[in-house]
This record gives sequence, C-alpha cells and structure tokens, in this order.
Amino acid sequence: MRLLETHALEAFYGDFQALYGIDLRIDEGETIAVVGANGAGKSTLLAAITGLRQTPPDMVAFDGRPIGGLKPAEIVSRGIALVPEGRRLFPSLSVEENLLIGNYGRKVRGPWSLETIYRLFPVLKERRSQPSTSLSGGQQQMVALGRALMSNPRLLLCDEISLGLAPSVIKDIYAAVADIRAAGASVVVVEQNISQALAVADRIYCLLEGRVTLTGHPGELSRDQIGRAYFGG
Amino acid sequence: MIIADTLIQGILLGGLYALFATGLSLIFGVMRLVNLAHGDLMVVAAFAILIGVEALGLPIILAAIVAGVGMFAFGYLLQSLLLNRTLGKDILPPLLVTFGLSIILQNGMLEAFSADTQRIPFGALGGASIALGGGLAVGVMPLLTFVSAVAVIVFLNWLFYHTETGRAFRATSDNPEIAQLMGIDNSRIFALAMALSLVVVAIAGLYLGARATFDPLVGPSRLIFAFEAVIIGGLGSFWGTLAGGIILGLAQSFGAQISPEWQTLSGHIVFLLVLLVRPRGLFPRAVD
Repeated sequence: MRLLETHALEAFYGDFQALYGIDLRIDEGETIAVVGANGAGKSTLLAAITGLRQTPPDMVAFDGRPIGGLKPAEIVSRGIALVPEGRRLFPSLSVEENLLIGNYGRKVRGPWSLETIYRLFPVLKERRSQPSTSLSGGQQQMVALGRALMSNPRLLLCDEISLGLAPSVIKDIYAAVADIRAAGASVVVVEQNISQALAVADRIYCLLEGRVTLTGHPGELSRDQIGRAYFGG
Repeated sequence: MIIADTLIQGILLGGLYALFATGLSLIFGVMRLVNLAHGDLMVVAAFAILIGVEALGLPIILAAIVAGVGMFAFGYLLQSLLLNRTLGKDILPPLLVTFGLSIILQNGMLEAFSADTQRIPFGALGGASIALGGGLAVGVMPLLTFVSAVAVIVFLNWLFYHTETGRAFRATSDNPEIAQLMGIDNSRIFALAMALSLVVVAIAGLYLGARATFDPLVGPSRLIFAFEAVIIGGLGSFWGTLAGGIILGLAQSFGAQISPEWQTLSGHIVFLLVLLVRPRGLFPRAVD
C-alpha cells in the first residue's frame, strides 16, 4: 500500500531553488532513509511534506489524497508527525506536558500513549515534572520522539535525530526507532550519518543539491556509489 | 494610622490596575502583540455595560455578563479577521493597526455618546464601606475590584497551567512554528487568546466605569497604568502583573499623601526605578 508520494516536488527560497523535481514514495510499514550533505534539501523536503512550506496540492499525496498546501495542523491530523531537527522542545512546558501536547491535533487509539512512551523511555517518567530544558541532549531527543509518537502517526518523520549525540545514546535512540517500526508506523529518517541510515532503512534516497542522485535497497548499493551520490563527482 | 490606611487603599487600587493590565499581559504572553487599543476597549466595555443598565434596564451583573460575552465574540473576530494578518517577524504592523483601532474607537464613541462624562450607577453599594476598626475602613467597590482581579488571575493560571488549551497557549508562545506540528492552529489559538483578553477587558471596564467617571477619551490614560503594571511585574506572568498593579497602586497612594499632584507622578517614578533596577520586571517568566 502506497502511503506517501511526492510528484516532481519543487521548492524555492526566493530565487534559489532548493528542490528540483523530487519523486519519492513510502509504502505502509516501510522505513526509508534520506541521506545527503548539508544543504542537499533534506529539511526542505520534510518542510514540504509537513506543510511548513507551501506546495501545489498534487506535489504531495498522502494515502492517495493530495495534501500539498494544507495547513500543518491539518496534515498532522491525517497522521504525519515530525521529530524536528534540533529537537525543538517547548521550554515553558515540563517533560510530561511536552509529551501531552503531541496529541493536541490528533487523538486516535493506537500503540502509543503516555504509558507506553514511558515504558519505551523509563528515564522520562522519572523526570516527568522537570522543565524539558533541564534534560541531557539524548533525553531531550527521547522527549521529541515521544511527543511525535503521542499522535499515533501513520508516518513518522525523523530529522537528524542522531545529530550531536554520543554514540551510545544514538544506539538507544535507534533501538527505539526499531520498536516504533515494530509497532506499525512507517518511518522516514533523514540522516547525515550514512552508516546509521543504511542500518535502519529498507530503502534509501540520496539527495544532492536538491535532486535524488541515488535510490535503492541498502544491500544492493556499494559504498562507492553512495559516496558519489552523496558528495557529487 | 494614615500609613496603614494608605497601605490598604494602595493595595486595593492595585487590584484595579491589575485588572486593567491582565488582558494586556495575556495577549502579549501568547502572541507578543502589544494592543494599543486595550484602554479604549475597556471604555467600549464600560459603555456597553452602561447601555445595558440604563437603556435596557438590566441589573448590573447581567449587563456585565452580556458585555463579557459580546467582547469575547468581538475579540475572536477582531483577531481572526484583522490582527492575525498583522502578526509576523516585524513588530511594527500590529502596533500601527492597534493604534489606528484606538483612534477609530475613540472617535466612534465620541460620535455615538458625545464627550459627556458618564458613570455606571452602582447605587448604595458604590459608596458603601466596611469598618475594620481603629478608624480604618475599606470601600466595598475597591474590595470587590481586588477580589475580581485575584479571581481572574486564579482562573487564568488554572487555564494556562492545568488545561490542554493552556498548554497550547504556552507552546504557541514558545514556538509558533513547532506548535503547528502538534496540530495547533495558531490563528485559532490567537483568536481565543484575544477573546479571553477582551472578557477580562469587560470586567475591567465594569470597574473603570463604576469607580470613577469616564468619557470616550480616557482609554489611553488607563492604558499607561496597565502597561506600567505589566512591565513592573515582568512580562508573561499573571501573578507578576498583580504584583505590578499593587506596586503601582501603592506608589500612587503614597504619592497622593505627599500632595495630590504627586499621585500619578510617583507611580511613573516608581515604574522608571523598577525599569532601571530590573529591566525585565520583578517576576519575568524564565523563558523569553
């Protein structure tokens, strides 16, 4: 079942074109990775999918229906949640309030609730009443993931969730991503960290300067191919 | 004895200023909008209550409730149809638009009600007082004003810190872009904040009109007291706003003891002193 599809997706910042006709698809239950260097257009792609950037309606389709140009709140209610780059927790909200706000726009039954998120990240339960800014980077990333899960999304978008974290913490975070997959969500991970992306994804897309330069299953792609697609040349 | 009396009157006067200021504090906290028409909206509410009482013959409390509901609706529409369009990175457009609104409201009221001074008739209650013994007494109206201010602030704190809507207010205030990703429709949240703010304005308008005379042009002078209370208290904290109102009220009461000319002036001086010592106010919110 096709869950999300982009058709010749383009994006501009003034005169600067950030995306040149991206065609991407994610099937139900699939995990894909989008890799690329800084400025390749990865975050712009996510902004277009979540509605933070306006696009013409038929450039993005979710569940077979066009969602391009809808308000972000409307897109969330249909089942797409984003873990934004840099976590972006709400500083005036406690840890638990940050989680609770996650299902503001979409309250559906599903595998994820405060209880199951605390089971996934027990440390958050201990710190539930603390301000979110008092947590370590890894714990903040757990809150950001949990916050996105609270809406029981059908599609979870993770933007650079390993950035700036210690390797052991990255391992914990990606172990949680595996649990999230197992619970049934489709996942898009956007990563600069190629080996991490290859380890988790069913398929990968490599972006370079706003274009898809390579796509395929991790096992079928050689290091060389990926290196060329990632850096150009 | 005079000192104790001045102290009590000053604190109670602070309740009135806190009521003037709370609505302003609320919308600034949620959407960083400075509403220069805030004072004029209080006068609009006072006129609305006056019409309810005098022309329609409603009891004051009923007239105030009707005005509160009307102001809620007006605030919601004002924000969704007009002020949401002015919000953005630039802070100037909302200032200019609310300044224009202020002028329109003043002239509209002049046209409709003339420049005559008015007063909401509270009857015997308006002048009643309760003796505290030792020659001290508190007016029923000032006491009622203070109790209303505390009630409004208790309610708003409950709303902001114990309800889902309150969480959405605070999240939107922290980061409107990320708040949208939680399914929060910013324009609706802003409209709701303005609607609530104008309900507080209606309550403030009731006491503004009942405790002293008013005319269509008194809004801006009341707005200054509201601003001072908000800034003294620290932006974004309701209890801080109450404290700011009380400090302003105390300063004015003690100033008036020196000489009547010193009443308003000493309030402004204390305001400047606080700005000098604590530029962010006495109780600023941790984040900003």
